[in-house]
Amino acid sequence: MTVTIARTLDDACAALADRPDAVVLAGGTDLMVEVNRGLRRMDDVVALDRVAELRGWDRDGDELRLGAATTCAELAGDELAPLVPALAQAARTVGSPQIRNAATIGGNLATASPAGDTLPVLAALDAVVEVRSVHGTRDVPIDGFVTGVKSNALAPGELIAAVRVPILDGPQEFLKVGTRNAMVISVASLALVVDRAGRNVRVALGSVAPVPVRAVEAEVLASDRIDWDAGAAPGPVVVDRFAGLVADAARPIDDHRGTAAYRRHAVEVLARRALRRAFTAGSGVAA
Amino acid sequence: MEVSVTVNGTVRSADVEPRTLLAHFLRDDLGLTGTNIGCDTSSCGACTVLVDGRSAKSCTLLAAQADGAEVTTIEGLAGEDGLHPMQQAFHECHALQCGYCTPGMVMAAVSLVDEYDDLDGDSVREGLEGNLCRCTGYQNIVKAVLAATE
Repeated sequence: MTVTIARTLDDACAALADRPDAVVLAGGTDLMVEVNRGLRRMDDVVALDRVAELRGWDRDGDELRLGAATTCAELAGDELAPLVPALAQAARTVGSPQIRNAATIGGNLATASPAGDTLPVLAALDAVVEVRSVHGTRDVPIDGFVTGVKSNALAPGELIAAVRVPILDGPQEFLKVGTRNAMVISVASLALVVDRAGRNVRVALGSVAPVPVRAVEAEVLASDRIDWDAGAAPGPVVVDRFAGLVADAARPIDDHRGTAAYRRHAVEVLARRALRRAFTAGSGVAA
Repeated sequence: MEVSVTVNGTVRSADVEPRTLLAHFLRDDLGLTGTNIGCDTSSCGACTVLVDGRSAKSCTLLAAQADGAEVTTIEGLAGEDGLHPMQQAFHECHALQCGYCTPGMVMAAVSLVDEYDDLDGDSVREGLEGNLCRCTGYQNIVKAVLAATE
């Protein structure tokens, strides 16, 4: 086995250009568990967790650029949480403190698990993934990045350098259903973000399809029917229709964590709850 | 490959197999057997150590990834004046039964107390969500962590 501990982004890209089949290791919270369980062999590893350029974040006006090695602990921390609250809420539900200290946003994206907790939030935010290789940098919109169950749009030799998300004016919610509160993989999850300036509501679902799903019809309904000037919660009929449309957008399956019927029901409940919470007095939407 | 890690304040170098996990490096190469391995899959927290001051599960981290880092294990907590306050609190509150989870519990608790002020019973339980006690001795563990904050 060969392990390269990359210290710079150029080193990491060069190593991957040389050895495109190498396994990329960041926090290792998914990968190392598979290795220890004997489900996966690692013959060649390029570790990214010591690459300083992948750490940290920059704010440029209304855009936040998160280095790929930004950890879940950092996403949930006091500096980032006010900027992208739903991402912080999602990060807080990942594993335990030890896992959140190691787990990275780039790793969550690259693993591309249907249950990846940050993925619905990134989908709702229309995040852009910055992909880097020796040939340069390219941007991949989030809806084209996750291509299937545990598959992504990275070409051989490419790695995730950063993720860019907008800083929106409006409330955000991330809700997750699991079998218990601690250390749980989601059975269903939902991210809802409100863009007050753009007068729209965006909703994405996790664990109910091979890839994160946007509930577009529900978004259109909510965005149309919300009284943006008053900032009041929509009436119960609209909330119910919204939740029904969100459930319609799910494409769940039966598996060991839950049935398709349960998942569809769960996202309907989460949708109702998220919309009500977002438009409750004190949520910051009312002028 | 050559790995050099500052463990409990002392630089320790060894030539290890690249696949060596930090937990095995600590136990087998350095003889620091206080760090236990429970599940091998990041679930139980018995292998918790501090890496650059933050809690980490050493069973799912390559020793090579800790090259150049500062690692603190349970053996590094006690000072010349005796036990670390968290160890003393675990002792006084009888926060252990079989003791297997204890090193990891203590390290996770040290990290928790370091990161948060105003801990209460609920936040301690939440903060220790990554550490399992197979004897289910949580009541006294929570008491000990709270006692250590006083």
